[in-house]
Amino acid sequence: MKYVDEYRDGKLAREIAERIRSEALPSRQYNLMEFCGGHTHAIFRYGIPDLLPDNVNMVHGPGCPVCVLPISRLDTAIELAVTHNVILCSYGDMMRVPGSRKRSLLKARAEGADVRMVYSSMDALKLAQDNPDREVVFFAIGFETTTPPTALVIHQAKKLGVKNFSVFCNHVLTPAAISSILDSPEAGALGLLKLDGFVGPAHVSTVIGSQPYERFAVEYSKPIVIAGFEPLDLLQAILMLIRQVNEGRAEVENEFSRAVTRQGNERAKQIVDETFEERDSFEWRGLGFVPRSALQIRAEFAEFDAEKRFPVEYRSSAENSACLCGPILHGVKSPRDCTLFGGACTPENPLGPCMVSSEGACAAYYSYGRHQESLIAKESA
Amino acid sequence: MTKRTEYSHALDLQNGRVEMAHGSGGKAMAQLIDELFLQAFSNPWLEQMNDQACFTLPPGRAVMATDSHVISPLFFPGGDIGSLSVHGTVNDVAMSGAVPKYLSAGFILEEGFPLADLQRIVQSMARAAEDAGVAIVTGDTKVVERGKGDGCFINTTGIGVVAEQLHLSGNRVQPGDKILLSGTLGDHGVAIMSLREGLTFETTIASDSQSLHDLVAAMVTGVPEINCMRDPTRGGLAATLNEIAQSSNVGVTIYEANIPVKPQVSAACEFLGLDPLYVANEGKLVAFCPADKAEQLLAIMQQHPKGNEAAIIGEVTADPLKFVQMETVFGGRRMVDWISAEQLPRIC
Repeated sequence: MKYVDEYRDGKLAREIAERIRSEALPSRQYNLMEFCGGHTHAIFRYGIPDLLPDNVNMVHGPGCPVCVLPISRLDTAIELAVTHNVILCSYGDMMRVPGSRKRSLLKARAEGADVRMVYSSMDALKLAQDNPDREVVFFAIGFETTTPPTALVIHQAKKLGVKNFSVFCNHVLTPAAISSILDSPEAGALGLLKLDGFVGPAHVSTVIGSQPYERFAVEYSKPIVIAGFEPLDLLQAILMLIRQVNEGRAEVENEFSRAVTRQGNERAKQIVDETFEERDSFEWRGLGFVPRSALQIRAEFAEFDAEKRFPVEYRSSAENSACLCGPILHGVKSPRDCTLFGGACTPENPLGPCMVSSEGACAAYYSYGRHQESLIAKESA
Repeated sequence: MTKRTEYSHALDLQNGRVEMAHGSGGKAMAQLIDELFLQAFSNPWLEQMNDQACFTLPPGRAVMATDSHVISPLFFPGGDIGSLSVHGTVNDVAMSGAVPKYLSAGFILEEGFPLADLQRIVQSMARAAEDAGVAIVTGDTKVVERGKGDGCFINTTGIGVVAEQLHLSGNRVQPGDKILLSGTLGDHGVAIMSLREGLTFETTIASDSQSLHDLVAAMVTGVPEINCMRDPTRGGLAATLNEIAQSSNVGVTIYEANIPVKPQVSAACEFLGLDPLYVANEGKLVAFCPADKAEQLLAIMQQHPKGNEAAIIGEVTADPLKFVQMETVFGGRRMVDWISAEQLPRIC
């Protein structure tokens, strides 16, 4: 397929893998975090760990929007559909995620709630226009990639004077999450893992540009290479990170230059800024409350803010205490370290956020990487 | 063929709609059967108008399969619920190596469903049955109140006969067997997905819905040693391979580079965040056969119009963990796991 197969060329992959093997110093370990769930998914889907030497270790970050949405926010969405009898519109991969008492949007639908799967925010607005006697709420989730379409739909609703449409906003911010990981007392206290560099987000960076990462390179001395979601992008980014580490550099480099600029998408950033403002604090599954890490709808668009339109209140929801997703998202533990992994916690019955979506580290390990476990078992036998 | 009685007005097949009376057992139902089903399915068994069909099967072991069809939308590029309800059951029977012979058809219709649509569906079933060499010999019609169905549901049950020397089964697959796929993956699922409400995605992909009885006949005639055949419908190839691995206590390795996928299907899957390995097919089969027969079987399949894109896609391994693994085009390996539920599109 044009513009896809080119980035999945096995021969080229083996050449880059060979360069990685020859340039990675055997005397040291390289712990590289891919922030994005899209990268985590690609790493496992293409079997990239098989191509890397043992001392290059990929650590899986929190960049999976479905995974990090706290149960309390999901519960609120379900409550909107059930108690307030709205048509709740959600992106597909949110539908199955279990909230409190394992209740998901799909289960709520089975119980009679009107939950619709949409492919874009505009589909939700159209539903509102088609059902003028019903309240329609768009369940907006995601990082900076999905925020501009949500901003656009709010502007469009205002322009068209649609009165029965609102947005339940859960958009979160990538740089704040990276700060949280780097500043994390958990990572510091456990001291188990020192991250040597980051593979920077692909789609998020097309919007925000490479510039927001520059302070991490300076303040924390961590190299960052922004990479596309194709497997060759990833391998090339890993090679670039190893070179930076070896040369003692900590810079922001852009492997994904076919789509990402330093400034990003100015128009998208502008409409997001016009529509949203930072929340003081927002809860992340696995990371806890992270300051200034999410967006809320500005007062001038309050009529389209589901949180203002409906009387919903915040309720905290406890996670399973044995769940290691927090340390896993901080990169200090691996899914294999978790006693729940693969037994009590599976993609069919996820207990923690990392098992929820195919972009989560535990789900990716489980679905794509379980054969590695048998190899390890054989080696140690 | 004679009608049971004279009806005062012919069934209005242009503008009429299904009414509760059409499932009541009375005159209205008799008229629907006479003027629609009997017309389309015409065969000696049906015309006897008994509550059952009575027939003698040729020598061999009898094979039976049933399938209910609830597809939405009812009409799609490459077929409709009528043809699909024949293909699905014919293929389930044929995967045993059998020759499908007879079908039953049970309709659950929703009050208000247009008779013109029903006629289109029934005629399509009749054509599909004729193509597959099967007769629809018994049937049933029920009508549910408006809002309690989705227009039209069809259940079909099929009976066929398999030659005594053939023994195809999901638990007979052996380590070393080669795995052959009859053609491209994902056509049906992507064709349907592109039509579903809320997804305005233009594509020229048609469903692959077709009967595989003739391809199967050519395969088992040429290579009776085939250990197992399955049609990878819901859950796609991934589900089928995992079922076989479980039933036969084996592992499976497939090679991504050998798996045929149409470029349009691949592009649609890329766009929607779906994996063609998990997308439904309605006119493809996967066969497991001893390695020394694989090339011969491949040649037979490729010479058949329904198998001309066939490929050897992998092999069966000895693996107590019963893992299905894939060597990716990229040179790495990964698991091809059971899917836990319906594939849902990823957001980014």
